Amino acid sequence: MNLSDIVQKLGLEVRVGQSALGTEVRGGYASDLLSDVIAHGREGDLWVTLQTHMNIAAVASMKDMAGIVLVNGRQPEADTLQKAAAEDVVLLVSTLPAFELVGRLYTMGLSGMRT
Amino acid sequence: MSPSAVVRQGCARGLDLIAVCDHNSAENVEATARAAEDTGLAVIGGMEISSREEVHVLGIFQDDLSLRSAQEVVYENLSGQNDPEIFGEQLVMNERDEVVRHNNRLLIGATALPLEEVVRTIHRFGGLAIAAHVDRPSFSIISQLGFIPAGLGLDAVEVCSDELPAMREDLAVIRSSDAHRPEEIGSRYTSFLVESPTTLEIGMALRRVEGRRTLA
Repeated sequence: MNLSDIVQKLGLEVRVGQSALGTEVRGGYASDLLSDVIAHGREGDLWVTLQTHMNIAAVASMKDMAGIVLVNGRQPEADTLQKAAAEDVVLLVSTLPAFELVGRLYTMGLSGMRT
Repeated sequence: MSPSAVVRQGCARGLDLIAVCDHNSAENVEATARAAEDTGLAVIGGMEISSREEVHVLGIFQDDLSLRSAQEVVYENLSGQNDPEIFGEQLVMNERDEVVRHNNRLLIGATALPLEEVVRTIHRFGGLAIAAHVDRPSFSIISQLGFIPAGLGLDAVEVCSDELPAMREDLAVIRSSDAHRPEEIGSRYTSFLVESPTTLEIGMALRRVEGRRTLA
């Protein structure tokens, strides 16, 4: 599945990366500690987090992740938007809390495990 | 951690200077400074401020007015009530270790201030902004945010380990005890070559200006 499928199905708001929604999503990862994402995030993961600090853009780029979904309706900070645009990182926003969002992604067929 | 116990331990450990940095609060600094009068132990005041991202940043100030002004900003951005049964009592004492009042704010909580705003606030009142215990797996700038963002403007980082980790050349490193109990005071420390034990002098040592510096 790609980002566009997810955006449409779950009604996500696209803050950065409208033109990159064709990106394939290979799995999901949920964490709010960037040191943890640096250690365990994988290429093609959709990263679910409530962390809005601009470092998320660098980390997502570094790990080649498919994109970031901010939960609880949290909007990225101004410099986070800039950094995401500069790093070509897709930034999405969901009004759902993390647990619910992850549950729905899982139901759609997205896994947190790599075989 | 009563004022006199802190001072007693600091003197017993042969320290010249301590910085009192409670979580998100500075209400016990004055009493500790009074308790230290005529002991040879200098006390400077600060706070360990928790940013919105739950990064702990030490703010160390030159004088009481700056400290109180910074505390005001922190309090304005801190919500919640303490639950003594879960988090313990938060006591404000005088120099005779008498309880003056209880602090009912949720000092263990995080402020609404983003990290950059915490650093800006500390600097606004002439203080030193030091990222706390950066080599710890929780509440450190590294654990929370992965790396130190460019342009943050920290005056130093604080480490807990025995060895100094590899750090950027432009970032000063200090070691301190982060004592939460009297017996921990002096367990780790930094030696500075300065004219006098003040925040301004420490700042100069961190920047290596006019002969002031950190000693190995």
